[in-house]
Amino acid sequence: MLGRTLRYLLLTLLALVVLFPLYITLVNSLLTPEQIAAKPPTFFPTHPQWSTYSDAWDVGHMGRYLLNSAIVTTIITVGQVGTAILAGYAFAFLEFPLKRTLFLVFLSTLMVPFEITIVTNLSTINNLGWYNSYQGLAVPFLATGFGAFLMRQAFLQVPRDLQDAASLDGYGHWRFMSRVAVPLARPAVAALSVFAFLGAWNQYLWPLLVTKDEKYRTVQIGLKQLRASNLDQVNITFAGVIIAAVPLVILLLLFQKQLVRGLTAGAVKG
Amino acid sequence: MSFTGDSGTLGALADVGEADQATEAVPRRRGKRFGRRRRREIGLAYLLILPSLLIFGVFVFYPFFRNFYLGFYKTPPFPGLPRHYVGFDQYRDVLTSQDFVDSLKTTVGFALLTVPTGIILGLLLAVLANQKLRGVGIYRTIFSSTIATSVAVAAVIFGTLFNPVVGLLPWLGINPSPPILDNPDLALLGVAVITIWQTLGITFILMSSGLQAIPEELHEAAQVDGAGPVRRFWRVTLPLLSPTIFFAVVVGSIFAFQTFGQIDILTQGGPLKRTNVLTYFIVKTLQQDNNDGKAAVLAVALFGITFVLTLIQMRVLERRVHYGR
Amino acid sequence: MAGVALEHVTKRFGDVVAVRDLSLEAEDGEFLVLLGPSGCGKSTALRMIAGLEDPSEGTIRIGDRVVDEVEAKDRNVAMVFQSYALYPHMTVRKNIEFPLQTRNVAKEERATLTLQAAQSLGLEALLDRKPGQLSGGQRQRVALARAIVRRPDAFLMDEPLSNLDAKLRVQTRAELIELQRRLGTTVIYVTHDQVEAMTMGHRIAIMSDGVLQQVGPPQSVYERPANLFVARFIGNPAMNTVAGPIVADGDGRAIAVASTRIQLPEPYARVIRDAQLTDVVFGVRPEHLQVSSEGLLPATVSVVESLGHERHVVCRLEDGQMVIVRQQASEAAPGEGSMVRLATDLEHLHVFDAHTERRIEP
Repeated sequence: MLGRTLRYLLLTLLALVVLFPLYITLVNSLLTPEQIAAKPPTFFPTHPQWSTYSDAWDVGHMGRYLLNSAIVTTIITVGQVGTAILAGYAFAFLEFPLKRTLFLVFLSTLMVPFEITIVTNLSTINNLGWYNSYQGLAVPFLATGFGAFLMRQAFLQVPRDLQDAASLDGYGHWRFMSRVAVPLARPAVAALSVFAFLGAWNQYLWPLLVTKDEKYRTVQIGLKQLRASNLDQVNITFAGVIIAAVPLVILLLLFQKQLVRGLTAGAVKG
Repeated sequence: MSFTGDSGTLGALADVGEADQATEAVPRRRGKRFGRRRRREIGLAYLLILPSLLIFGVFVFYPFFRNFYLGFYKTPPFPGLPRHYVGFDQYRDVLTSQDFVDSLKTTVGFALLTVPTGIILGLLLAVLANQKLRGVGIYRTIFSSTIATSVAVAAVIFGTLFNPVVGLLPWLGINPSPPILDNPDLALLGVAVITIWQTLGITFILMSSGLQAIPEELHEAAQVDGAGPVRRFWRVTLPLLSPTIFFAVVVGSIFAFQTFGQIDILTQGGPLKRTNVLTYFIVKTLQQDNNDGKAAVLAVALFGITFVLTLIQMRVLERRVHYGR
Repeated sequence: MAGVALEHVTKRFGDVVAVRDLSLEAEDGEFLVLLGPSGCGKSTALRMIAGLEDPSEGTIRIGDRVVDEVEAKDRNVAMVFQSYALYPHMTVRKNIEFPLQTRNVAKEERATLTLQAAQSLGLEALLDRKPGQLSGGQRQRVALARAIVRRPDAFLMDEPLSNLDAKLRVQTRAELIELQRRLGTTVIYVTHDQVEAMTMGHRIAIMSDGVLQQVGPPQSVYERPANLFVARFIGNPAMNTVAGPIVADGDGRAIAVASTRIQLPEPYARVIRDAQLTDVVFGVRPEHLQVSSEGLLPATVSVVESLGHERHVVCRLEDGQMVIVRQQASEAAPGEGSMVRLATDLEHLHVFDAHTERRIEP
């Protein structure tokens, strides 16, 4: 067995390797282009250039991009969680014809790769006049088969006794949903929210196709734009990267547990 | 349709005619009367799944089926001219073209580069971080951290790191010529490295969860039974981890086939089309060449290959998975 | 085959002391039961013998070997876990075989030994099933087969019967006793069930809060509990314990229970005088109390519980303390609410120091 110090050494080494790209990005965002190009490279900013951040924010439009991402991601997250709760509730608590078939239909959406939908979706969005708009960015993603699956599983855990008691107390479905089922399924809702947020925030292909200027561009495409227009000013690009990454880092730190739950919902139970 | 639910049991019973509706609450799974109560329940159910179905219908199923149909129509080289029907000819032409075959090879090669490596690395980190050491939580957070990175973030970071002028590789002594992302032989590898780093967080979390699901007692029993750490890993840990690994392989392959962002930002399919993965090929055909028909065919190919691959994986691999229960 | 010894073993988890200065020895071939409530340290002690935990202080010996530096896998002990810890992905055969594989036993010999172990526990028909397909009782036997297959120096069992239903538990208890007597291997058996302890062990070691309270054969632990904890833990229903201050009765001593004076025999009185004790607790088991018109202790009957073959009469003493009297069904039952007098033979009286909780020996 490896001694304790050896284990810590190995862990620390690997941690440094994993963190290094982010670290160097942070450092470089505070250096001047000359410092960045210098060899040997600088690993710690002695004279931090905070102006890179304001440059990225204003001239680089990262501020606007951040806002767009925030709006679109929120719409998508709320939409996905909302539709998932409604659908999951129906599948868990109600009986209706074609229930099993419809559930399979929901699940089948997971098998459809996004690429096969883009041609038609683009023209649909265009026809609706939603090109380069928040609606165009968000509406196609307002529902998810995975979300319905997750919520159904969570709702199925609500004990039969509670349903009976609520029934005797005269609770209708809407009340039961909002007062009992959803609160009890809170971990699943949280997990789904974090998962949806992550997915929406990191979207690349669709925002690329459906936006054309900084008015509606999201932060991911914004990064591409920032890099292209600042090829010689890498520090500004890196400041943009940090700006784009910070919200997610905060999300990760706050909601690590929920994120794990969402990610592993399909995996561990097999 | 209204569910008052306010009257309480007694109050509702008093109103016999309305009793069924007023107290209609969480249903009994027995009671198959198709009276008004059941119809209300059915109506409510359809109402609840309607929003999702609507979105799916418009943005998933309709495009999916229309895509096949689009493949039958050849897009004219000049805008303004009508499409004309060519049946399966376009499918045949595109799918036998060298470009497609190359793209397919590139995509498969990319998947082979990233999926196994990613899983092994994620597993390694998960095993190391699963020990009972003081402060191991910090390491776990660090190893998960790349989940906060998107493909755009990772691409931009590494794009600069790989840059021969301002990047760090020359300082480390790695100085290929041409530089990595412009190098036909190395470009795909470079993108693969970026992708592996970016997905490390997810893989780590996945493998960690799988590891933690294995009851500690089994490892202890193996210890008392005389098994050393290596034997414990092969005979106990790995078999019980196989469902998780299987999941990671299937989902990982699907995502590997959909790689796009990194290529779009860094190599644009080049150099010499060596990073022209299928998704990028599709988007380029759509946006630059404005060739709907061809793009549709390529998309069908992507779907077909992913589907078949998943099927094969389920057939072949799932047999070797040991489900604990 | 070997004895097991713990010498001054202490185990700390951070600030919590799970096991405190435990010295205990099981002789070769002995069935030693570690008995105690949850959290008393018995499982921790067992895990330290197995090598799954390291003692903070003290030494552990198996046979003649000091095993402190020896890893679990090399200690040649076998452990049966409460949840059996069967490898769910392996067949019964492979589960039983596993300890032999780790010791690089040859293939044919492995097969023979596995079959023998399976046969001795009636598992031959189940060898190709997986644990998930077995009942609780069957899984338990597989765990046992895995333990016996390699003839270890000692068996360590951690509440192996607690997951079985009552009927199966009784049956398996008998089988385990028979198995151990036949194999003659040392067994360290952890349980919180005193019935198991009393029926199975050659000796019982009772623990509470990490400290060894008493160790001895079941009968002596029953008849001469060393302190109040043991007195109350062993026996069902538990021993009645009544507290009262000491009053002088001329030269002798008596316990005051409300207005009653229970005079203590001279041997007790002398000890109490010499140690100048002021408060004691006396104990008497429910089966040793009688309802009698000549009894010394007045009480009011609170509840009469009839169990068919016997009866528990719950009484309240004048100062509010509760005692239980165990009667045969043939005796006359007092009415609920009636006033009675309780009697006992002095030889069935246990006296404990109220402050140290230790038994007072006359």
